[in-house]
This record gives sequence, structure tokens and C-alpha cells, in this order.
Amino acid sequence: MSVFLFKRLITLIATLIGASIVIFLVLEILPGNAAQILMGPDASPDAVQALAIKLGIDRPPLERYWNWVSGMLTGNLGLSYAYSTPVNELVLERLALTVPLALMAMAITTVLALVAGIYAAANHNKPGDVGLMALTQIGIAIPNFWFAILLILLFSVKLGWFSAGGFEGWDEGILQGLKALLLPAIALAFVQSAILARITRSAVLDVLREDFVRTARAKGASQRRTLWGHVLRNALIPVITVMGLQFAELLAGTIVVESVFYLPGLGRLIFQSISNRDLIVVRNCVMLLAAMVVIVNFVVDVLYSVIDPRVKASDI
Amino acid sequence: MNTAVATAVPARPPGFWQRATANRGFMIGAVLTLALVATAALSLVWTPYSPYEMNIPGKLQPPSAAHWLGTDAFGRDVASLLLMGARASIMVGVIAVSIGLVIGTAFGLLAAARRGWVEEVIMRLADFGFAFPAILSAIMLTAVFGAGMVNAIIAIGIYNIPTFARITRASANTIWSREFVLAARACGKGSFSITVEHVLPNIMSVLIVQATIRFAIAILAEAALSYLGLGTQPPQPSWGRMLSEAQTLLFQAPLLAVFPGVAIALAVLGLNLLGDGLRDLLDPRLARKR
Repeated sequence: MSVFLFKRLITLIATLIGASIVIFLVLEILPGNAAQILMGPDASPDAVQALAIKLGIDRPPLERYWNWVSGMLTGNLGLSYAYSTPVNELVLERLALTVPLALMAMAITTVLALVAGIYAAANHNKPGDVGLMALTQIGIAIPNFWFAILLILLFSVKLGWFSAGGFEGWDEGILQGLKALLLPAIALAFVQSAILARITRSAVLDVLREDFVRTARAKGASQRRTLWGHVLRNALIPVITVMGLQFAELLAGTIVVESVFYLPGLGRLIFQSISNRDLIVVRNCVMLLAAMVVIVNFVVDVLYSVIDPRVKASDI
Repeated sequence: MNTAVATAVPARPPGFWQRATANRGFMIGAVLTLALVATAALSLVWTPYSPYEMNIPGKLQPPSAAHWLGTDAFGRDVASLLLMGARASIMVGVIAVSIGLVIGTAFGLLAAARRGWVEEVIMRLADFGFAFPAILSAIMLTAVFGAGMVNAIIAIGIYNIPTFARITRASANTIWSREFVLAARACGKGSFSITVEHVLPNIMSVLIVQATIRFAIAILAEAALSYLGLGTQPPQPSWGRMLSEAQTLLFQAPLLAVFPGVAIALAVLGLNLLGDGLRDLLDPRLARKR
């Protein structure tokens, strides 16, 4: 294993441990007696004590933290108070919606942004470029949940092509499932692709000004070949970095967009758990989302070094 | 024969205001931002109707001379609610950005002044902060303390800290390597004096630009949190909650879902254009590169 990868792995593990400590402190220690919160202020002390023992929150904080972390590593996240179901079952069920939604949104973002960004750079300062950049400026300003509402207004209320929300599950067929996720994915992707298109355009323009591009053109390579063969690979470095950061935004965005479309994903589970005061579910869901953000950024760092070997060399 | 010698007078470079008025994006952004601030200020002294006054018989009216943007499900005047919503957005934006600006800048300046392990620890903490998007911090705070505007402000403020810390440290490091800082050191000035007298004034333009852009992001975050019920609480009007209420009435009154969204988009667009324009005006080298 290279030194670069090893250092990144250590940072990843340290960040995950740090995140788990913060989440544990905020959601387990700060609220005080979680059993009292769950049962309400009118509950009898005996009932509160019984629940505290059942949930294991009568143990010392360090022991509880260790139990939680080792539980995460072995796939035992405890029992949901509100649903009386193992938390990992609940979470896995909801992830079956949230992960495909985030991936679909990322795929749409990437296609839209690369096409728009490369087109704008290739037509620098021409009407197509100016028009696209104005559109991206508007795209960045629009809240994704409002865009989602506008999509419902157009495609569900006016045209009737899609349902206004809900998800029947993957058992109804993959196509049906993808159709239910299409509008939410577009709502998430529109804003993110506006940001990524601007980055792509600016990265492609920077590379187009490099000497090796002029050399390639001087040697008779066509504009198309230069663009796809030489420029794009070099321009992808900043684009991939931003995509990593955007995945975090997309995951946060799914929480909001799931609410707009009434989708039973991780976001809805978190909100239901907050209303039910089911802190054990909230704690695990927040940890999962934070871990996904950190791991995606780790993958981006590694990809970054594959695309540009100078990164690895300079790091060592 | 004309013997007059034309003296070459070097043209004076255009001043800030000349360049500002020539920058279309900056001007549009400045007008939109001024409109946002003016709207919020106006709501302090006047709204067409009381935004708290319900009038059930007059609910869901379309736009008219009496109610310019119609009424909502409780018969409240939508224009008045929008005016008051601007106030909530500005308040959350100003306080949340100030939290990020003050704490993040302090950490960034400390990292640049001390270097070594202090810088390493601060930057790793900033990296760690990126693991918690504003909405995750807000969810945690809400789960413990309940929903409310204060928690939304704290969550968005915490989310801003790592960004300001990173940008401050990067800009401050460049200033620390300049010769005038070396000269100040040679004169016997300490790290604190150099930071306050030389570094901070020289990175102010970067911070102003960043604060403008983060303000726009804070408005979007506040709207999203209020839409989810985690931000501004009733009866205080907010654009995000207006959208959440309008969504239940999409079939009966679709326009109710349009006005608050347009208000948010215009406010964010204005601040983004203002930030971009300021960056071009305060650092012309960046403008040429773009």
C-alpha cells in the first residue's frame, strides 16, 4: 500500500472516530436522560428506570459509546424505541431508496454538467456560452425543494405524467421504481449540475490555454480530438474534486427532496424519528450520512491521485 | 507648421465606481440585494395587512388590487407574508454568516500565524467540519433542543466556520510570505500585531466576497430548514414555511407555491451576482482569468 493511500486511510479513520464522538456527545450525553425524553415528563420514575435499563442507557457513557461503536462494526445498531425493530433493518430498508436516488441524481448531474460545461468552453463568449452561463446562474439560485415543487406542478398537476409523490417499492418493478425517483433526481441534479457546469467550463478553458494543447493543434489534431483526447482528462481533476463535495450536498438534499415527494427514504425516517423522540435511530442515521460524506471524499482523494499522479508524488 | 508637441498624459485608471457601474452583473446583484434589504426594512414599519391576521372567509383569493399576490389558506395577505419573510431570511443570514466569519477567520488567522502543529490541527478540524452539512447539524440540534430559528442559525453558523477558516488561512499564508511582513518582523513586531495591522486588512476583500456568497447559501439553508419545519416557527412568517404550506394546496392555488420561491431565487441570485461582481472589482486579476 502506498504511503499516500495509508495517510489518507488514517485521516479517514480519525475523521470517522471524531464524527462518532461528536454525534454521541450531542445526541446521547447532551439531552440528559434519554429514557425520560422518550417517555415524557409525566412518566413514573420506575417506568423511566425500566426503559433506561432496557435501552442500556443506565451504563456509564464510555461503556455506552464503546457498545455503540462495536455494534456498528458488527452490524448491531440496537432496537428502535418507536418501531420496536432492529435499527439496521430499518436503515437498510430506507437506504434501498435513498442510495439509488442519490446515484441517479449524481449521474444526471454529471451528464448535464459535462455536456453544458464542455459546450460552453468550446464556444467561449459566443451566444451559446453566454446563454448557458446565465442559465447556470439562475440554477444555482433556485432552492432544490422549490424546483421539486415546480416539477410536481408541471408534470403531475398540469400534465399528469408522473405521480405527485410516493414510492411503491422495488417489488412493483424496476422501471416503476425508477419512474417514481426520476422527478426527485432531476430536482436534486438541476442545481448541482449548474454548479458543476460552471466548474467544468472554467477547467476546460484553463486547459485549452496550455502549451500542449497548442502543440497538439499545431501537429494537425482536430479540435474535437484535442478536446476529447487531451483537454478533458486534464480538466477532470478539479471537476472530480467538486463532484466529491457535491455528493455530500446531494445526500443532504435527498433529506429535503424526499420530504417534498413523500418518499420513504432515510430523510423521512430521520424526521419521523425526531417526532417520535427516537434518538437511537436519529443517532445512527446521522452517523451513516456523515460516514457516507467522509468516505466519498476519501474515494475522491484516491481518484484524484489516479488521474493526476503529481498529487501522490507531492504528498510523499 | 504646427509645432505644438502633444504631451502623452497617461490615462488615469478607472476608479472603483466607474468599474462598478460598468460591471453589469455587479449592478444587477447590487439592485437585487438592495431590494431585499429595503423589503426587510419596510416590513419593520409597514406591511399592506397584518401578516398574523387570519381571515378564513377570504382565504385563497387570487391576486387583486386589494391583495396584490392573493391570500393563503388562512386568508393572510401573501404580499405581507413575503415582506416579513425577507426579514427572517436576512436575520438568519446575517447572524449565521457572522458566526462563521468571526470564529472561522480567527482560527484561519491563528493557523497562518502559528503554522506547525497548530495549523495542522485547525485544518484537520476544518476538514472534519465538512462531514456535517448544515442540515445534519440542524437535525442533531433539533432532535435534542427542538425546532426553532435559533437552532437553525447555530447550525448554519457552524457549517460556515470551516469554509471561513480554510479561506482565511490560505489568503493569510500568502500575506505572511510578503516582504512588508518581513519588514514588520524586522522592526520587532509580534505575530498578533502583524496579524491585526497587516494580514487582516489585506485579506478583507476576500472575506467580504466570501461573506456575500455564504449569505446566499445561508438564505437557501434557512429556507430548506423552515420548509422541513426545523427553522423559523409559526406565527413568524418565513419563505421556506410558506412553500411548505403551499405544497398542500398545489391543485387549488398553484400560485402560492410560486411567489416565495421567486423571492428566494431573486435574493440568492442578487447576492451571488454581487459576490461575483465584488470579486472582479476587488481583485481584477481574477476577473481577467475568468
